Amino acid sequence: MRTDITDARTAVAAVRDGDTVLVGGFGMAGMPVTLIDALIEHGAGDLTIVSNNAGNGDTGLAALLAAGRVRKMICSFPRQSDSWVFDGLYRAGKIELELVPQGNLAERMRAAGAGIGAFYCPTGVGTTIAEGRETRVIDGREYVLEFPIRGDVALIRAHVADRLGNLVYRKTARNFGPVMATAAAVTIAEVSRIADVGDLDPEAVVTPSIYVNTLVEVPR
Amino acid sequence: MSLDKDELARLIARDIPSGAYVNLGIGQPTAVARYLDPSSGVVLHTENGMLGMGEVVPAEQADPDLTNAGKQPVTELPGAAYFHHADSFAMMRGGHLDVCVMGAFQVSATGDLANWHTGAPDAIPAVGGAMDLAVGAKEVWVMMTLFTKQGEPKLVPSCTYPLTGKACVTRVYTELATFHITPTGVEIAETFGVSPEEIRSRLTIF
Repeated sequence: MRTDITDARTAVAAVRDGDTVLVGGFGMAGMPVTLIDALIEHGAGDLTIVSNNAGNGDTGLAALLAAGRVRKMICSFPRQSDSWVFDGLYRAGKIELELVPQGNLAERMRAAGAGIGAFYCPTGVGTTIAEGRETRVIDGREYVLEFPIRGDVALIRAHVADRLGNLVYRKTARNFGPVMATAAAVTIAEVSRIADVGDLDPEAVVTPSIYVNTLVEVPR
Repeated sequence: MSLDKDELARLIARDIPSGAYVNLGIGQPTAVARYLDPSSGVVLHTENGMLGMGEVVPAEQADPDLTNAGKQPVTELPGAAYFHHADSFAMMRGGHLDVCVMGAFQVSATGDLANWHTGAPDAIPAVGGAMDLAVGAKEVWVMMTLFTKQGEPKLVPSCTYPLTGKACVTRVYTELATFHITPTGVEIAETFGVSPEEIRSRLTIF
């Protein structure tokens, strides 16, 4: 399918009430801030958000939470010095939290994107995270059964795209972007620049265009 | 004299083998980087997707796209490599990291680690990459004070805080002593300003 090139508002119209939305970024690095702002304006609610953190300060993901649009957060590290919006909602019982070790968060999305039904993982064995879960001993080591996390929509930030949707990233802002791009039915990438087809070195492409549905150019 | 935090960081840096691939946890362990000899060839891994991480830099030199696991701005060293999150944690789980250094609330005499949650009912849990590092790194070293502010030992017969990982810690570095956790028990490796006998008498693990 051709990759659309459009504005943020048109792009996020793909999000429906009740959707699971994968949101890239580690702290602010790789956070698709323009797409999140457009999602707030769009108004979709009852969302499940999958992101490493649960918002910083009062902007971006924190603003989406503050607007009451999120039913559940799936993340690894919600508690930060500037995560007061999430903290308040959580303590008031207004948001559900599924806490997932960071590597499991990434690998569960990788599994979704790669057609893997479930996988055995050693992380969390013997901890409260693994309580009540199916485990199996393989070659003398204990593992916990982990299931994929699929998104209806992924919102990610990359550095440069070509018009087909091939993506390259910049430094540690890459983080969850390439994995989330594979794990959602619709992937929307906010990029600093859209180049002509043929301008990207094919050897340097990190996310191939097959995973990208929509591009939004946000120069910075 | 007991060691201050910088002396403890220097001691850990001294013990990291040359050429090792190392992950330094957020908080105190980050300081170990300052004392690594550049000629040692130690390569730092950061969970958010980089090998060859350099030092923490002040805000005016910050590149918002280049941070460590604690979201502090850092530099990139020659020979650095970037990768996505699933690869970064595959590196951990796959046993490719030689050493990780983390803080802890408690470590048990059998190497159980508790460092992610106090278990308090009103605490908001946050685990990050701690459980992945605990099961994945070849060696898990802990950097912590030996006692709480209330004087309770943090190296204990069994952890009362929720576990991060079981039987994973191999060394414990504290301001009063360093310990090796072996299959046959805990050994005192070095003491600072106190005798091994005093350390033994103040802990209940021997």
